[in-house]
Amino acid sequence: MKRSRQVFLVAAVLFFATPALAQLSVPEIPYDSAPDFLNTGDNPYLGEAVGVATNSAGHIFVYTRTGSANVSLGTNRAFVRPASRLFEYDQTGKFVREIGQGLYGFVFAHTVRVDPQDNIWVVDEGSNMIIKFDPQGRVLMAMGRKPEAIAVPTVRAEAPAPAPPPAPAAAGAGAGRGGAAAAPAPQGVGVPGDNFNRPTDVAWDAAGNIFVADGYGNSRVAKFDRNGRFIKSWGQRGTAPGQFNLLHTIATDAQGNVYVGDRSNRRIQVFDNDGNFKTQFLNVGAPWAICITPGPRQYLYSSNSNGTGSMEDGEIYKMELDGRIVGKFGKAGKLLKEFGSVHEIDCRKENELYVGEITNWRVQKLTLRPAGVQTSTAR
Amino acid sequence: MRRSLMLCLLALALLFAGSLSAQQNPPQRARAFATTPDIPYDSVANFLKLPAGLYLGEGIGVARNSRGNVFVYTRSGEFSRLFEFDPNGTFVREIGRGLYGFQQAHAVRVDPQDNIWVVDEGTDMIIKFNPAGRVVMLLGRRPESVVGLVEPPGRGAPRPAARPYTFGRPTDIAWDPQGNIFIADGYINSRVVKYDKNGRFVRSVGTDQPGALPSQLSTPHSIQVDAGGNVYVADRGNNRIQVFSNDLTLRSIYDHVGQPWALCITPGPRQYLYSSNSNPDNNNSINAAVRGEIYKMELDGTVLGKFGSAGKQLKEFGTVHAIDCKVENELIVGEITTWRVQKLMLRPPATQSSAR
Repeated sequence: MKRSRQVFLVAAVLFFATPALAQLSVPEIPYDSAPDFLNTGDNPYLGEAVGVATNSAGHIFVYTRTGSANVSLGTNRAFVRPASRLFEYDQTGKFVREIGQGLYGFVFAHTVRVDPQDNIWVVDEGSNMIIKFDPQGRVLMAMGRKPEAIAVPTVRAEAPAPAPPPAPAAAGAGAGRGGAAAAPAPQGVGVPGDNFNRPTDVAWDAAGNIFVADGYGNSRVAKFDRNGRFIKSWGQRGTAPGQFNLLHTIATDAQGNVYVGDRSNRRIQVFDNDGNFKTQFLNVGAPWAICITPGPRQYLYSSNSNGTGSMEDGEIYKMELDGRIVGKFGKAGKLLKEFGSVHEIDCRKENELYVGEITNWRVQKLTLRPAGVQTSTAR
Repeated sequence: MRRSLMLCLLALALLFAGSLSAQQNPPQRARAFATTPDIPYDSVANFLKLPAGLYLGEGIGVARNSRGNVFVYTRSGEFSRLFEFDPNGTFVREIGRGLYGFQQAHAVRVDPQDNIWVVDEGTDMIIKFNPAGRVVMLLGRRPESVVGLVEPPGRGAPRPAARPYTFGRPTDIAWDPQGNIFIADGYINSRVVKYDKNGRFVRSVGTDQPGALPSQLSTPHSIQVDAGGNVYVADRGNNRIQVFSNDLTLRSIYDHVGQPWALCITPGPRQYLYSSNSNPDNNNSINAAVRGEIYKMELDGTVLGKFGSAGKQLKEFGTVHAIDCKVENELIVGEITTWRVQKLMLRPPATQSSAR
């Protein structure tokens, strides 16, 4: 009861705060969605389409929560059987192949991204791993380590409550859920190092440095060099600049600035390449998925996705890199052109987006038709 | 260790309470049983013909489409599976093998446009397939596996409040002529939820706690809608069928046909309601001796006839869990404990059959 009152109060505050923050008249961007895209066969079926990305040839990679997640219980450990799958489709949506079926790290999908060299990177929040495949589908690099087994928790099936102010970062490197049946590390203290706790996303700068959003359990951005050596990390759970409350999505611009979707704080934070806080955008709701377009004139897309138990919000914003809103489109729903908790956006082409949805088990191909003034002319 | 001890104690307590209440309330026939005439019927032997190596598990869900093809949603192996058969019972195909939403089958129904809807009480999801077998709409969401094991609410403990788009072990689905969707929800929640045809929440009746007052529900287990849009809910834990108007206002209660496990309303201008007073699925032979029959009723609750009894042989029923009645006198029933789907040919006396 006390809890629901709190939730209500928070909701009320947000309700009154939001109109003040949002721009008063955001132009709507007209758009279409290709019907039955990626729906060319009954097999394989998609589950929650949490990850979607294209490569330079226009092939589409979908990292999906599918199959039947099986957990076998030991005396005090749970052994998780892989239950996520990575599919490749050609540019017309025709199924090409599956990559890594039954892979040790494919436990609970979160995102997939393709780097400029067409390597395919998968982020798995169940195995706590980032896995890099070369374009042929061979594993080139593995980051983090799947726990040998997961301690059996007793938790309620609710979203994690906002945490109390973070404890001093006393836990050493290598804490987290790594290791055999280790006790759960303190949540949200921003443990540095090479291991992850429910990581959410990955990005690279022009030099190939790797930025990992880590994540649900450990509230930090981790920076690695191109060979996977840990350089530094920043952030911990909290609401101050440089702190995070569920950093859920990450992207870099051509200058190497790092944009972090700080979902539960309902803001996008921007850092320089070394993690120094630069600015934040508070006007686009809860950023579930962000994407920065390539090329000389870059735009930032951000989805204010509906929660998985809600049909509110759901619109996607198109922004300048300085946070000014160019336009928005879409809303929550189950029909074509509507969105069921957008979880990843691919924006390799400015006006041809792929969005992966959680609750609609679907990838939509969207064609935006912005008015002439909005279109970039420098492409 | 402490936890398993508690579980053990709880189990003992339940066992003890169960035997006490059984002594206090010996199982009884449904009130309508003695006065209701029997409808003669046959069961088609070996109706479903599966390919070698394929088996049914518990025949939880069964429904026909407009061409008479039979869909069976069965609890099978490590997950549930959806099979399609032609009208003669010959296997056609499997749909959605290994689907993310397939875990613990509860119901399958086919809508007037031949879309196939599956209700899964393990993933808390409703999955709509188009006739080609593609997923076209989803309601509810499977809990995330990373959340870990979910501790079920203790007996008498407060349950989580029902939320518009989240189910708690949903059981069944129905549609009105406008395409509005009605979900029986379920074992954890105790409510019926109405959505529009695009899946947007409209309203609900019942609560997040089971109750026995009018309009309250205790394990709403099966649901149907008549041509007038009225909603019939098998309020299984309360041994009654509650009838609601389209906006979920209570209209009447039928409490004379035992414990309704499965409902089906025939199509066409003259509609009938079938309801199964199924024997319990715990192989309780004391209960099975006085339950198991299916009733045929007018929509107003007037009982026309009954047929069947609990048992493991052909024509007998092993806890009927679903009835398809697209054809009034040719029923398909799915059973839990006999792992079987039967095709029943009813031969009612002329006065009982409809004028269709």
